[in-house]
Amino acid sequence: MDLSRFEPLDDFRWALAGGAGRAPVILYGDRELLAAMDDKVLEQIGNVARLPGLVGAAMTMPDAHWGYGFPIGGVAAFDAEQGGIVSAGGVGFDISCGIRCLRTGLTLDKLARKMKALADGLFVSIPAGLGREGHLHVDPQTLDRVLAGGAQWAVERGYGKPVDLEYIEDHGRADGADPTQVSAQAKARQLGEMGTLGSGNHYLEVQVVDRVLDAEAAAAFGIAEGDVLVSIHCGSRGLGHQIGTEYLVSLAKAAARLGIDLPDRELACAPIASPEGQAYLGAMRAGINCALANRQILAYLTRRTFGHFFPGADLETLFDVSHNTCKAEPHRVDGRERILHVHRKGATRAFGPGHPALPERYRAVGQPVIIGGSMGTGSYLLAGCAEGEARAFSSASHGAGRQMSRSAALRRWRGRQLIDELAERGILIRTESMRGAAEEAPGAYKDVHRVAEATEGAGLARRVAFLRPKICVKG
Amino acid sequence: MSASFDYFDHDADVGVVGRGATIERAFEAAAAAMFAIMADPAAVRPIETVRVEFVETDPEFALVTWLNRLLAEARTRGLALTRFRLRHENGRWIGEADGQPWHSGIVPGTEVKGATLTGLRVGPVGMNVEARCVVDV
Repeated sequence: MDLSRFEPLDDFRWALAGGAGRAPVILYGDRELLAAMDDKVLEQIGNVARLPGLVGAAMTMPDAHWGYGFPIGGVAAFDAEQGGIVSAGGVGFDISCGIRCLRTGLTLDKLARKMKALADGLFVSIPAGLGREGHLHVDPQTLDRVLAGGAQWAVERGYGKPVDLEYIEDHGRADGADPTQVSAQAKARQLGEMGTLGSGNHYLEVQVVDRVLDAEAAAAFGIAEGDVLVSIHCGSRGLGHQIGTEYLVSLAKAAARLGIDLPDRELACAPIASPEGQAYLGAMRAGINCALANRQILAYLTRRTFGHFFPGADLETLFDVSHNTCKAEPHRVDGRERILHVHRKGATRAFGPGHPALPERYRAVGQPVIIGGSMGTGSYLLAGCAEGEARAFSSASHGAGRQMSRSAALRRWRGRQLIDELAERGILIRTESMRGAAEEAPGAYKDVHRVAEATEGAGLARRVAFLRPKICVKG
Repeated sequence: MSASFDYFDHDADVGVVGRGATIERAFEAAAAAMFAIMADPAAVRPIETVRVEFVETDPEFALVTWLNRLLAEARTRGLALTRFRLRHENGRWIGEADGQPWHSGIVPGTEVKGATLTGLRVGPVGMNVEARCVVDV
């Protein structure tokens, strides 16, 4: 990416002034990360900056890469009172894809004795990949309750504990979900997919806390070096995919009808206040609830499996973050509090210390943020920081971000060979898809350390701990 | 020419290209490209048929709708699909696809979540028609 038109605000923030119908653009990341990004990222975020009702700047996080409509790692906030829009391309197909992180109460030495058996057990108990349905089949009436109730529905049905809800965004349930705005086809796709992981970059990973970088926040998060955690990365499955595909086309058509001149059809959008915008918001929030319920069920299945191998193990929810959402949130802009619809497409909400939405346990240190890395390198646990509110509407990176296309990764690596090499390094991969393993090769991703450092340097979230993978179940 | 398919690079996802003598053949080839990401076509036997029907006058939206309708049918019925037939008249598109339920003999590839409007283009290339878009995986 050519940065010559950008003004460096510091080592991690790059600004392009607005003009000619375009709002300002801010790119977060160090020079090397940004230079390596595809020019399409700049083209896409520039298009976002032309959408009506944008507040402040259109932004990309340090892990940004070429997406569809919005770049992955794109953040933009819109004000309904200023004609602001909601965009299906700003949320993506996998609505509310996110990560549930669990403390296991185990340490690495205890895990090591049963690691292979646990890997095999998780591979059996966690439905992953194509052609595998969930253990739980729901009827259409029950699914409507899932879409309205989210993780709260799942907990009420026995898939977890009420205390889990304290550590899930929005207490496990998005307000304003409208299941009537979700098509019959979308619902039909989901009847057999509750409690499934999916494939692609989704995973269930057993991790060890390798290094603690912020002792105070780590203590608040209840983790120490050598502790074993579980991270479950997945989203709203077939229902979310179907909502995304249907509204992408219908909102692209609506935008033209409503007089919105889209620089890219993929930004498919409608004014928040319009019937079309409200319909999408109702469906998208139902998709969020589907994802929250899905991760809650997967957490239940994980607990059951751990309980088999480690009787008495108590897996507590550390936090559950979503990273493909549009959420109505209060933010202070120019000294005034406004309700903004913040799109985070491949970006995580990252509330700073003191935010009233945080559970009491984390309020002094900030919201847990998870940067999921590749299966061969590791992930970071971070905490939201105060500067992030003014800089990016409290948003941060969500992953390492791809640096190589899937096709290029397939040409370069073989899945079986990768799995064997990782096993020699003490990382057990369980998957039926060798193609998927090759596409997800660690070398296909950016350097997660660099992304996490840049996220901290940019003032979006500060690093708390580095997590090293031990077991990875993939679809 | 006989229909053929290919792929193009995208950072996070996969671009599919279908080519054929007519728009219908190009769309069929694009569907074959998309489903080959999920399963080796040679491993899928054509023993069940799904049918899709929709109205769309814009050929580019029609490509995205065709691919997404097939995906939805395949996922809802738990099928891997391998053969595709499509015809259209006055904006009405009627298609069929053959495949079989997933079983242990079909090695899974990578799940496609949906066809997007990114890189979307339907038009003539030489004597043929080419249909392309990025699919989200």
